[in-house]
Amino acid sequence: MKALRFERDIPRFAAATIAGRLNAGGGAKVGPLRLRTIDDPSLPGTGWAEIRPRLAGICGSDLATIDGRSSRYFEPLVSFPFVPGHEVVADLDQSIGDVPAGRVVVEPVLGCVTRNIDPVCGPCAHGDLGNCERITFGAISPGLQSGFCCDTGGGWSTRMVAHVSQLHAVPSEWSDEAAVMVEPTACAVHGALAAGVAEGDVVVVLGSGALGLLTIAALRHFAPPCTIVAVARHPHQQDLARDLGADHVIGSEHIARPIRRLTGSLAIGDGDIVRLTGGADHVIDCVGSQESLTEALAVIRPKGRITMVGMPGHVHVDLTGLWHREIALVGAYAYGTETLPDGAVRRTFDLAFELVAAADLGRLVSATYPLDRYDEAITHAAAAGRRGAVRIAFDLRNEKERNRA
Amino acid sequence: MPRPGFVLDVDRSTPPILFHHGEGFRLEKLPAGRTRVIYPAEPLEPLKNPTGAIRDALDNPIGDSEPLRALLRPGMKLTIAFDDISLPLPPMKRPDIRQRVIEAVLEMAAAAGVDDVVLIAALALHRRMTEDELRHAVGDRVYDAFAPRGLLLNHDAEDPDNLLFIGETEKGEEVEINRRAAESDLIVYVNINLVSMDGGWKSTATGLASYRSLRHHHNPHTMRHSRSFMDQHRSELHSANWRMGKVLRDSGVKVFQIETTMNNNVFGTEGPMSVLQKREWEWTMKDRVSMMGMKAALDRMPQRTRRSIFNSWQAPHAMTSVQAGEVEAVHRLTTENVYAQHLVPVEGQTDILTMGLPYISPYNVNSILNPILVACLGLGYFFNLYRGIPPVREGGVVIMSHPTPWEFHPVHHPSYIDFFDQVLSVTHDPVRMEQEFEKSFAEDEWYRHLYRTSYAYHGVHPFYMWYWCAHALQHVGQVIIVGGDVRAVRRLGFKPASTLQDALEMASDVVGRDATITHLHNPPILMADVS
Repeated sequence: MKALRFERDIPRFAAATIAGRLNAGGGAKVGPLRLRTIDDPSLPGTGWAEIRPRLAGICGSDLATIDGRSSRYFEPLVSFPFVPGHEVVADLDQSIGDVPAGRVVVEPVLGCVTRNIDPVCGPCAHGDLGNCERITFGAISPGLQSGFCCDTGGGWSTRMVAHVSQLHAVPSEWSDEAAVMVEPTACAVHGALAAGVAEGDVVVVLGSGALGLLTIAALRHFAPPCTIVAVARHPHQQDLARDLGADHVIGSEHIARPIRRLTGSLAIGDGDIVRLTGGADHVIDCVGSQESLTEALAVIRPKGRITMVGMPGHVHVDLTGLWHREIALVGAYAYGTETLPDGAVRRTFDLAFELVAAADLGRLVSATYPLDRYDEAITHAAAAGRRGAVRIAFDLRNEKERNRA
Repeated sequence: MPRPGFVLDVDRSTPPILFHHGEGFRLEKLPAGRTRVIYPAEPLEPLKNPTGAIRDALDNPIGDSEPLRALLRPGMKLTIAFDDISLPLPPMKRPDIRQRVIEAVLEMAAAAGVDDVVLIAALALHRRMTEDELRHAVGDRVYDAFAPRGLLLNHDAEDPDNLLFIGETEKGEEVEINRRAAESDLIVYVNINLVSMDGGWKSTATGLASYRSLRHHHNPHTMRHSRSFMDQHRSELHSANWRMGKVLRDSGVKVFQIETTMNNNVFGTEGPMSVLQKREWEWTMKDRVSMMGMKAALDRMPQRTRRSIFNSWQAPHAMTSVQAGEVEAVHRLTTENVYAQHLVPVEGQTDILTMGLPYISPYNVNSILNPILVACLGLGYFFNLYRGIPPVREGGVVIMSHPTPWEFHPVHHPSYIDFFDQVLSVTHDPVRMEQEFEKSFAEDEWYRHLYRTSYAYHGVHPFYMWYWCAHALQHVGQVIIVGGDVRAVRRLGFKPASTLQDALEMASDVVGRDATITHLHNPPILMADVS
């Protein structure tokens, strides 16, 4: 089968790191990601099925991996070589368990159930799959998600395998574009609810790429009534942020000034702002960079809460303010089970399905590419904001290898 | 005998015309046969003995007023209020007119045994004056005698303990002014009347007022109904201040008004800057060399250096009249004296009005002329320097020349930065911004803090600058800025052009080809008397 495969290759990894620094997405051409013809993945056990990806998204964590920006933290949590792609809508040819044949969305976290571990760990028992404590154990190789595990394959290929517990049937009236947005939407829903927003709070969402925009939609849909402030650099992001529920959109580089005005904060500084004395109740960082975390710390109020939804790596920030102002800094990874403001407990993916339909999130897929043009696809995804795009995906529907008998 | 202002019809032999362009200049060849240039009058003769003239005015007041000496008595409370840093432009060489007048008043007060005297810079919502600026205005002797004892103050329009609500006009306008001034037995107001809008009741009713009071006339409605605000007979701004003045007078606030006028000697008659107040066809070879050298040198300098050079310029303008006594009678005479220097008869309107904007406006002395102030200088001040009808027809085009840098003085103009970023990115409509944004800026605690304790203009001030443009924005069909920062010009809602020729080409889309043009050759200041 045809697949983009990420291999353990130190020289190419070094080249990707350099190329990625020079030009976002530059790691695609020179790095460990290569288009290969490889054997179809075999089923790891019972409860597994082969699926044929239709669309597979390219997310920020994929780009970080390709450009060599990912933290070495992940090294023991993945198994090489792996086929990336964890935002997947695929065809399931034969029904399995309760999942009928047809289109499915993959919930990619590889928790205890997929690993045939019984009894399951505490977080999995609570439905918090993202916090699984056994992601390097069990019947399959290490891998925090499909797309990072050598046994499962990933969406950037014509075939992969998935456990029945990972599969969600797609309503027949849905487009593939809508379906491929379910997984990133689930991340955003989890991030928005993990923030713990209270009614009347001011919530700043840093970054208006796909994750930021989806977080805005999730806040508006599931959080109590609050003031959502989007930080969006590019005009199309600003328009989408407003459309998805942002009350205010900040387009300037210096976000402390408008946030000071919005929150009625005072500021230290003689006309130039050195530091806000107050600030926003919440910042949801959907970028995950050193700059975004620094910005978050600059605009959060004392005892405020910063939720990191974007994947960070090594960052160098001054945490004196965090200590002095008793700021909470929390992470929000993946998804599992959510408790809504009204007390209802729902699976994140179910909420994501609901939100994708309600907010018409399929429109965020801006362009698709065949696997052969993967370097163009990666470059486009890495420059999505500047190029007026939101989500870029691989389109596998017309790949010959996929459609063979 | 100084020559009056006049209108030049441009023909093929007319040399390139000087356009001020921020901290620099442009020489522009204007289209022959359809362009006229309005030149200001040459500087009027100054008073030979200004100190003597001041004493004479104090002893021989105008209108229903006793001489100042007769109003002074031991035990009385005397407040001397004076115009702030916004006047005159550029700042004048020492001694400042205010120093001369204040020293004369203080001598009389001392002679009369008055020992409760406070001096107040009547800055309304402008920034506080620094020690250097106060020393320049009132002189070292006065400063050293009063400031160390806390008797020389900047008016604070946000000090609730130091404001006094006086009453309302018949139109419901609230009158609230500085408590110390209001509770004094006598306010002596020391004015510099640079343009005809200044002075009269505006000195006290605006200069010593609070936001609560000012908002009644510093708004789009008033400015759109002031045509122009330089013409007191057709100015709603003037009418509102006069209504407030009546409330002050009826409540027992007693004002002895001292108004002064000055001549047009902005750049001097000697030195390299003197070429700026000569008419181009009269430039000598020395003048041409001087202009070319100055222009070349400025073009090569960093912006910061250019700004520093221009901000250090102190004008040699001199006093042409001083009158004192009852406010309205004094102001009538003052206005005549201002007109004598500024008015230039002009016939009819043209399709296009061009202007070269200099480096300074009333609100950026020792500071930066930010984009909002560029708009205000051109569409507020220069556009409104007319009596009768505007020199450009309704639906016409205004072309202004200025670099319009996206740059702000953070200490002086903090709320301008946010206004430019957060208000002008949403709307250019003065009425909408008044309704949706003004209150939150006016009542912003941080701006209030910076206004009161640092050297910041009040939070609402950038709105007033935009309101100042309201009449022009309603009157003209398009505004073009030549040589400006493109992003900043667009943020203002105007069109950018790289050259005057490009701007005229763009204007032809609005007013057609072969459009007629008026160029305001200002500064020095002129006021078009358009029939």
